[in-house]
Amino acid sequence: MNPVATPVAPHHAPHPAPHLEPGEGAPGTVREHHEHHELGFLRRYIFSTDHKVIALQFLFSGLVFLVLGGLMAMAIRFQLAWPWRPMPGLSWMFPATGGAITPEFYTMLFTMHGTIMIFFVMIPLLTGAFGNFLIPLMTGAPDMAFPKLNMFGYWAMVPAFFFILLGFFVEGGHAAGGWTSYPPLSTIESAAPGSLSGQTCWLLGLTWIGVSSMMGAVNYVTTIVKMRAPGLTMMRLPLSIWGLMITSLLQLFALPVLTAASILQLLDRTLNTGFFTPTNLLVNNLTPDSFGYGSEAAAAGGQPLLWQHLFWFYSHPAVYILVLPAMGFTSDILAVHARKPIFGYKPMVYSMSAIAGLGFIVWGHHMFTSGMNPALGMTFMVSTIMIALPSAIKVFNWLGTLWGGRIHLRTPMLFACGFVSMFIIGGLSGIWMAATPVDIYIHDTYIVVAHFHYVVFAGSLFGIFAAIYHWFPKMFGRLMNETMGKIHFVGSFIFTNMTFYMMHQIGVAGLMRRTADPYAYDVYAHLQPLNEFITLSAFCMFAWQIFFVINFFHSMFWGKRVGRNPWNACSLEWDAPSPPGHGNFDRQLAVHRGPYEYSTPEVAEDYLPQTRAL
Amino acid sequence: MFMRYLATLLFLLVPILGVWTFMKADDWHCWFPQNVSSFGAQIDGLFNLIMYMVAFTFIVTEVCLAWFVFKYSKARADKGEFTHGSHKLEMIWTAIPALALLFIAFTQMETWALVKFEKNFPKNGPYSIEKPIAEVWASQFDWRFRYPGEDGQFGTVDDLERSFEFVVPVNTDVVFRLRSRDVIHSFFVPEFRLKQDALPGHTIPVWFKAEKEGVYDLVCAELCGWGHYKMAGVVRVVSAAEYEKFQAELKAHWYSNGKEE
Repeated sequence: MNPVATPVAPHHAPHPAPHLEPGEGAPGTVREHHEHHELGFLRRYIFSTDHKVIALQFLFSGLVFLVLGGLMAMAIRFQLAWPWRPMPGLSWMFPATGGAITPEFYTMLFTMHGTIMIFFVMIPLLTGAFGNFLIPLMTGAPDMAFPKLNMFGYWAMVPAFFFILLGFFVEGGHAAGGWTSYPPLSTIESAAPGSLSGQTCWLLGLTWIGVSSMMGAVNYVTTIVKMRAPGLTMMRLPLSIWGLMITSLLQLFALPVLTAASILQLLDRTLNTGFFTPTNLLVNNLTPDSFGYGSEAAAAGGQPLLWQHLFWFYSHPAVYILVLPAMGFTSDILAVHARKPIFGYKPMVYSMSAIAGLGFIVWGHHMFTSGMNPALGMTFMVSTIMIALPSAIKVFNWLGTLWGGRIHLRTPMLFACGFVSMFIIGGLSGIWMAATPVDIYIHDTYIVVAHFHYVVFAGSLFGIFAAIYHWFPKMFGRLMNETMGKIHFVGSFIFTNMTFYMMHQIGVAGLMRRTADPYAYDVYAHLQPLNEFITLSAFCMFAWQIFFVINFFHSMFWGKRVGRNPWNACSLEWDAPSPPGHGNFDRQLAVHRGPYEYSTPEVAEDYLPQTRAL
Repeated sequence: MFMRYLATLLFLLVPILGVWTFMKADDWHCWFPQNVSSFGAQIDGLFNLIMYMVAFTFIVTEVCLAWFVFKYSKARADKGEFTHGSHKLEMIWTAIPALALLFIAFTQMETWALVKFEKNFPKNGPYSIEKPIAEVWASQFDWRFRYPGEDGQFGTVDDLERSFEFVVPVNTDVVFRLRSRDVIHSFFVPEFRLKQDALPGHTIPVWFKAEKEGVYDLVCAELCGWGHYKMAGVVRVVSAAEYEKFQAELKAHWYSNGKEE
């Protein structure tokens, strides 16, 4: 096909949406039926090449894993509040202890909580669900550049799901070396129960996730570069698309490193190579030979630090993969609901690019105390501290966008403002961690846990909630319930802060992460009551999400029906029917301006869509 | 309209409670444990410096957010301001934070170099990189401390080994070698503000100077397996005389083959 954008190519003739209201289409709407569009259930919802269906597949599987990861967090919190006490109603899971968490289960819990939340929830939700849904719609394309590749992108997730779930049922349980899987703990079978077979499942799962993300990223970049509607220059793209574009570039350049590293670790584990395992270890009173690790491996002299470098070379950019799209969504949502053009569009684009560029040279800040040459620590400190600058610029521009606006405090706007409020906290606390001497003390303490939960949970997940409330009408042609949404926001915002804020202070008190029972140490014993408070807040926060679940499914079938553009927004996706049919747009698109012409004096209304000719 | 007040209150509570909990943290015993090392005060000072700069930014941005949400969500008939930004403002809020961040970066360097650079390690005292007080061995899930004995060499017959308790003299620059027998561990003494990973296959020199006698928790700060949480040890800081006595006792114990008890 000709990749240069002709939004309504003949073989993409639009198919009227199931919920299209009568008279919805503009004059000249093409409404003929094509035989090959009458697809069976399987082709339509399971093996679909339609980006919107694939987006929903990512959305639903991401939300299912979100519940799983959340339950694990609750179990972690239970243990931290009441160590070794039986969990009510869970004695069937741990018959040996009467329902209490065992130390090896605890290590597995936080390992898999991190792994699932990052690789199976946030990345699929941000890039898989919203990347897929928004990119063709916001660029005015009929579908992704490579629809079949897009379908494979989701289906490559299936082996990933399989392996990551299989790991829970293998001997020794799932991987228990932390989501960072530092060797030799992760490579040597006798080092941890989870390193028997669980770690192999973990590595295979991650490799498949990598394959999926790679296919997605190729598609996203190609679609954004080659399939934009006529007149839609790069500098007229909504910031969501910029965020997703930069995220995809990060994935394209960084992900192969993680995939390669996973395969090296897999070889270390299965073929007894010695990339990451040093010589002369004595693990569990066993020499390498006696636990089946080949003697040639023992002589190979691997480097545990090599894994850390390779892992963080991907996983630090991954942190930006987890936040850049959410920053984009937030920018768009703030502009729409504040009825204001985004403040400083170009600085926003440049700062996102700067975050991505600098993001490649900051990975060493995870390794300040690792034994890496301290001179390198100095360099990484400067680059890491400077990455706070583009983040600060973004915050100032968001505030500038709110200034002088005509703000409608609808649910998506509340979540977007919540994102700004809590991203400020997560961003600022990062400066402590970047400062090498301070990091000597706070490395691996709860202040780090507070920091990345404020960025990824309070930041990105609130961005995702905002995006779901905002684009739900486009996805299903119905609005989500406003009252329920507001209740969801207020409770989530309060309990999120109650859960994570005091983790800063207990981190300053020196409390370490990944410790099943910290109160055994005198220096931490007095922190137990505060941990109880945090745990109760976390339980409330988890329970509160029932308002979202009910609202989401209820609105999907019984929500108020809306037309194309319920928010009076300017960007292209609101030109398509809600929900858009196959091929997305039912009229020829021509783009005349940027996506943020709100409150413009040029027209009587307070918005001027990108496609309207004046 | 109710939502307008509620949202403003919520966003305003963030800086108010955020700052208040930090101010009260010390009273709640949820703040730095006492510091007993020579460089710990510098680290705490740098933490506080960043905290004050961060607190300023935090208060200003969060209050602006709450204020804007309150002010501009009032129902109004006219349109919002139509502006795409301000070059001047962008320059200001790029340049000032850039300078502030560079200032932070440069203030950190000296202390980092002091604690971690080998060229700054103590040379003139009784212990140095070439002549460390002990080898600290981490393994799943305990700490062992190997003193070199009279010949000053490790791996010889007169080495003295002790587990759990690391005894060091007070007010002395102590240099030790950190090693791991199996997986990665981390030597962390909160009261010293000192943390260093023990890396299998590597020997990493570490130094500190404890300025107060006492017994301090030594905790493993890098996940090392299911027993990570109980990989406890202590550092006992004693006077020079007591340290001599300790060495003599350890030697006597070591050569008694356990018969003296």
